[in-house]
Amino acid sequence: MPSFSPAEYSAILLSLKVSLVATLLSLPFGFLAAYFLSFGRFRGRLALDVLVNLPLTLPPVVIGYLLLILLGRHGWLGRTLASLGMPVLFTWKAAVIATAVVGFPLMVRAIRVGMESIDPRLLQASRALGAGPVDCLLSVILPLSARGLVAGSLLMFARGLGEFGATIIVAGNIPGVTQTIPLAIYDYASSPGGDPMALALCLVSIVLSVAVLLLHEQLGRRLTRLD
Amino acid sequence: MELQLATHKQFGAFSLDLDLVIQGEACGIFGPSGSGKSTLVSLVAGLLRPDRGSILLDGAPLFDSGSRVDVPPDRRRIGIVFQQPSLFPHLNVLGNLLYGFKRCAPEHRRIDLDSLVRVLHLAPLLDRGVNNLSGGERQRVAIGRTVLSNPRLLLMDEPLSALDDHLRFQIISHLKTVCREFHLPFLFISHSMLEMRLMTDQVIALAGGRVVAQTTTERLARERMGLSPVGYINLLRLEDMRVEGGASVYRWEGGELVLPKGEGEASGGLFELSSKDIILFKRHPEAISARNLLECTVVAVFESGSRLGVELASGGGRLIAEIVPAAAQDLEIVPGSTLFAAIKASAFRRLAVPEPGEPLPATEPAG
Repeated sequence: MPSFSPAEYSAILLSLKVSLVATLLSLPFGFLAAYFLSFGRFRGRLALDVLVNLPLTLPPVVIGYLLLILLGRHGWLGRTLASLGMPVLFTWKAAVIATAVVGFPLMVRAIRVGMESIDPRLLQASRALGAGPVDCLLSVILPLSARGLVAGSLLMFARGLGEFGATIIVAGNIPGVTQTIPLAIYDYASSPGGDPMALALCLVSIVLSVAVLLLHEQLGRRLTRLD
Repeated sequence: MELQLATHKQFGAFSLDLDLVIQGEACGIFGPSGSGKSTLVSLVAGLLRPDRGSILLDGAPLFDSGSRVDVPPDRRRIGIVFQQPSLFPHLNVLGNLLYGFKRCAPEHRRIDLDSLVRVLHLAPLLDRGVNNLSGGERQRVAIGRTVLSNPRLLLMDEPLSALDDHLRFQIISHLKTVCREFHLPFLFISHSMLEMRLMTDQVIALAGGRVVAQTTTERLARERMGLSPVGYINLLRLEDMRVEGGASVYRWEGGELVLPKGEGEASGGLFELSSKDIILFKRHPEAISARNLLECTVVAVFESGSRLGVELASGGGRLIAEIVPAAAQDLEIVPGSTLFAAIKASAFRRLAVPEPGEPLPATEPAG
């Protein structure tokens, strides 16, 4: 097994960091989106549903390209961020955004599965006992969604570790700056003599994925016991 | 408590049209499933919105389509006990009990945790998780949780339907005790005439989304006698059991009654006896197989469907027997006449065993 250079270590760390930050940032939005899709009765619910789920079926490259336009110097979000002195494109923050957008539907789906299994009578009981809608959301729906939140976060985190298509477009492939594990593997795979390094990084990917899955199992079992 | 409803609600082909005033502390809503009982509960609690109309509690509007008032359920201060306990699985018993209490404004906190725990005997359960409680314990906690939210009105939506007979009567006595102790007005919703009679003295009968009767529970029970396959159910409180000649003899306010000897029975309890299981004789029959023969005076005769109900007084006890009109002529039944009522020992069915220190559900005297 070849020994990793600082560039590989930083790719591994960056992958973990990008995926973690993207997951944590998405969590509150994912929870709210799942709530509105599960319990909301409003016009445009279908539109929200489609919008949330679109990245699931859209090619990541398309998402990356659209983000590039949005975050670019002429995009409205890019302009706003640039005027705040916070350029995003081709930094690790762009990778976070790409990862968040691509993984978001997975998170929302997992949270929704948990939310939709909540007995609606519990929500009625909570309201009749004096809890307003927000109180009910925080005191009943949130704690009873714990399993879905954990599952959704882990799923999104694992998916984020492998994000490639959208990331390479908005963040580039700059070793030590925006190069994550998949991007590094792509580099090695396309350069002569890079196979051992590519394989070693594949191994790291496999180890991380297995670790996330085991953690999911473990937490899932512990939360079931709490129920 | 005064609840005024004038509402219309449409669900596909079914429509619920209500126009009624409910007064008093213990009112029942009676009707078969699909008659609109639960919808009424949801409308009053604010969980469903009427298409139009108004709902007023003690003169203040909870809903009024005219002036666009729709008080959200959390501000109506109306408590609900559902058919299922619906306890919050992420909270323990204490957490569940306090859920509504914490959200009740301090000036409305009339009932506190300690007195509730005492009345419902909840002390041993407080630290338990709600998933390892028995069915009866869960429903008791659910009742406690709702009562502790200090509602102005308690809605009980078939709270006993998910329980077996033994627990049903236990919970009835808990419900009656809390409502009496804390002076809580309630609406009791059920499709069971027996539960209705044990819980309420006035009743509104619904059928097909309309009010078909608003009357006393006793009168409704008598009206339904001729239609019901089980007839009118006499409720008898029997006490001081002693074993005699291989049978159990109980003291009843109308005389002694003989029942088959059961295994390890309590010394008393609440028993039911159908109006169909009482045979009337004009004169004293010399020898009959029925073990109970009571000399009775006819108090009243009433019609119910194709049947006649005969209200009998035996000592301090009242019974209702059911006969066909032709039999009334043969027996020359008029108020004041004397009859003999024969009842088989096996015709009685035990409903409830009194728990030590707990009163039996009170039965309303017939009449």
